[in-house]
Amino acid sequence: MAFYRPAPYQKPVAIALLLVLAALPFGLAAVDQAFYIGFATRVLIFALAATSLNLVLGFGGMFSLGHAAFFGVGAYTAAICQQAGINEALIAFPLAMIAAGAFALVVGAISLRTRGVYFIMITLAFTQMAYYLAVSARSWGGDDGLPLVGRMTLAGVSLADDTHLYFAAFFGLTVTMLFFGRLADARFGRVIQAIRENETRMEALGYPVFTYRLVCFALGGALAGLAGALLANLTGLASPNLLLWTQSGTLLVMLIIGGVGYLYGGAVGALILLCLEEVLVGFTPHWHIVLGLILLGVVLFAPKGVAALFGKRHG
Amino acid sequence: MLQLFLEQALNGLQFGLMLFLLAAGLTLVFGIMDCINLAHGSLYMVGAYLVAAAAQAADSFWIGLGVGVAGAAVLGLLLELSLFRQLYKRDHLSQVLATFALILIANEAVRVIWGAQPVMLNPPDALAGPVEIGDFFYPAYRLVIIAFGLLVAGLLYLLVAKSRVGMWVRAGASNREMTEALGINVRALFTAVFVFGTALCALAGGLLGPLLAVQVGMGESVLILAFVVIIIGGIGSIRGALVGSLIVGSVDTLGRALLPTLLRALLPADAASTLGPALASILIYLLMAGILFFKPQGLFPARA
Amino acid sequence: MAEALLEVRNLSRRFAAVDALKDVNFSVDAGEVHALIGPNGAGKTTFIHHVSGALKPDSGSVHFAGADVTALSMHRRVAAGMARSYQITNVFLGLTAIDNVALAVQGRQDAGSSFRFWKPVRREVALFDEAREYLVQVGLEQRIDTVAGNLAHGEQRALELAMALATRPKMLLLDEPMAGTGPEESARMVELIEHLARHVTILLVEHDMAAVFRLADRISVLVNGQLICTGEPEAVRANGDVRRAYLGDHL
Repeated sequence: MAFYRPAPYQKPVAIALLLVLAALPFGLAAVDQAFYIGFATRVLIFALAATSLNLVLGFGGMFSLGHAAFFGVGAYTAAICQQAGINEALIAFPLAMIAAGAFALVVGAISLRTRGVYFIMITLAFTQMAYYLAVSARSWGGDDGLPLVGRMTLAGVSLADDTHLYFAAFFGLTVTMLFFGRLADARFGRVIQAIRENETRMEALGYPVFTYRLVCFALGGALAGLAGALLANLTGLASPNLLLWTQSGTLLVMLIIGGVGYLYGGAVGALILLCLEEVLVGFTPHWHIVLGLILLGVVLFAPKGVAALFGKRHG
Repeated sequence: MLQLFLEQALNGLQFGLMLFLLAAGLTLVFGIMDCINLAHGSLYMVGAYLVAAAAQAADSFWIGLGVGVAGAAVLGLLLELSLFRQLYKRDHLSQVLATFALILIANEAVRVIWGAQPVMLNPPDALAGPVEIGDFFYPAYRLVIIAFGLLVAGLLYLLVAKSRVGMWVRAGASNREMTEALGINVRALFTAVFVFGTALCALAGGLLGPLLAVQVGMGESVLILAFVVIIIGGIGSIRGALVGSLIVGSVDTLGRALLPTLLRALLPADAASTLGPALASILIYLLMAGILFFKPQGLFPARA
Repeated sequence: MAEALLEVRNLSRRFAAVDALKDVNFSVDAGEVHALIGPNGAGKTTFIHHVSGALKPDSGSVHFAGADVTALSMHRRVAAGMARSYQITNVFLGLTAIDNVALAVQGRQDAGSSFRFWKPVRREVALFDEAREYLVQVGLEQRIDTVAGNLAHGEQRALELAMALATRPKMLLLDEPMAGTGPEESARMVELIEHLARHVTILLVEHDMAAVFRLADRISVLVNGQLICTGEPEAVRANGDVRRAYLGDHL
């Protein structure tokens, strides 16, 4: 292990990427492919969600299979806000982050007492609980989920326009990546990376290991909540399926494909997996088989993920 | 009320024993090979389909069961040799990714071969009706499942607790390096355990087939239950798997049957009807969280 | 008599049916080097774990710097001024020497877990200046930017000492600092500990008797979970119980 440290070329690459992403919706509209703006938004949202898992798993070393719960709580919070008459994203999104973060705080406070496989399973159990609660809550739509009557407004601007929502997601992801990059290189990031390597040693150096882990876990949860709130706006529905453990599995798959512990691992993985889906669906209705085979190939032949092909692992 | 309770207790026992068939293989693969196999539920699903297909072809449930289980075991053998063998020494992340991929493949392959509609599997004609126990009727087929489950659980216990192979397995679960140092062919042992676990999975799938719909996705929910069982019981412990299965089976079944009634007595009707099913479905997860809170290694930790 | 910095009172701990520690009374005075010796399996490691806070006793108490720390977790004891080095080298092998020590300095500064998410650590000049000082103290000034995994064994042990020092301890708990070192490295380590002993109280657990008798102001002997003798080196050397129970013909 070496600590994360931004590569010298990171800043110019990031700025170039930002410019490309900012121009993307206009480019798509210019070539009459505005349909893909929705798809691009989806990629950005899942990039955000997978990045939040990367904070917890890749940097914090906490192998959680319950991350979808926080994603889902974010989506439900957005839908419930709207149900309660709050249609402004500047209020609803922070609330979604707080709700998801608070839930993560509770889950973490209990789960972080356990280690290894037990931690994986207890986080998974919490996702299941959240799922069953959502399914049986009739006032929140039960099995069908809670629909949004329309997209929210952001600072008064309606997100009903696909381009507007795209930029909301773009902004969310940009801020998150910036925060994530700074955090990883700051004191907090060093501590959680070192705890991932050797928690007993860190305790012996005087670090309150449990507290650091918990803060990291809750931060990841809050960011997942933001992604969930954005997704609810995109799809118009807070579905209980977002809380399923298989959804956690999907986020995990994205992150592993992209590269666990690389700053851009989650984002790269989300892009690859969603594009792969999009392409494969066009070829065969049984694209899951192809996808499964590709994933097996990744495990067997590129075990460190795609980001590993480009940069040094920081974790 | 008592009658309902007895009936549900029997259902719980039956469910618990079937969970045990699933959990036994899972806990051994987990405990000995340190391998997280998310596809264990898919093996159960494929097993159920194989049994259903064989039973239809042979027009006999029992022949179908035998052929289906044997077929699943062969599939397990192929999987172990081609894939799992390489996964044992990899980290948990790789195992999760690979076995998640297997779930995708298995679900889709089943859909391609048998279609998206659930497949019917009928119990043997002789067992289709109910039998009278004391003063209530209970489906004969469920009783047979219970008997089957008890028989397999007993045999498994004898095998693991008393036989030489069982000794190796237990040694492997508590200390892998030591087992290797003793000169036991660990590779062959791993293969055998995996194949055996697959066969037990398929057996559970086949036996439960007539009670549940044999359909795509049936493996995922049951997988989680099996994981809950082995976490409660302690990973790698057969005894823990048995106790955990019976606890989870009965708590889940009785909770679903009795909790709504119980809540109706305590709460206003509409609150009870909302809360009842929710609470019943998360009961076992609450139980697991509670047990882990006090015993972070489960009830019967295999590793000291 | 000097003030006791560490005081262990009536400490007992059972594992299964075995008394790992039985009614141990033990103290380390401020400023002294106190060595704990005993045959393998005597309970030294268990004892150290109770002092450091990794294990909690069945009965008895641990007092440090005037406060009862029996219920405190490991990191709180570190914050109170108790630092330990490990029997097996326990540094971050992938990090450079200075990053290892900087982590320790930061641990002391952030004892109240002030979370800093934004400022890059590399710009915190003071942090690395201080870390460098500790590396100089243990004689690693030539190896500041070397990855710990590439250091020689003795250098890794010295690095570990530097990390312990960085917590600015009142007491250093050294768990077999000579373990696995060659004769030359051992000699250097003894010199280093002698040097450190001028600034800090040391509780030393060690098998190397030559080192123990050279370094220790007082020696305590643990046999079968019981403390059979405490005293100055000469007294311990002469003690008949100690000879019979443990030392045999070594002395």
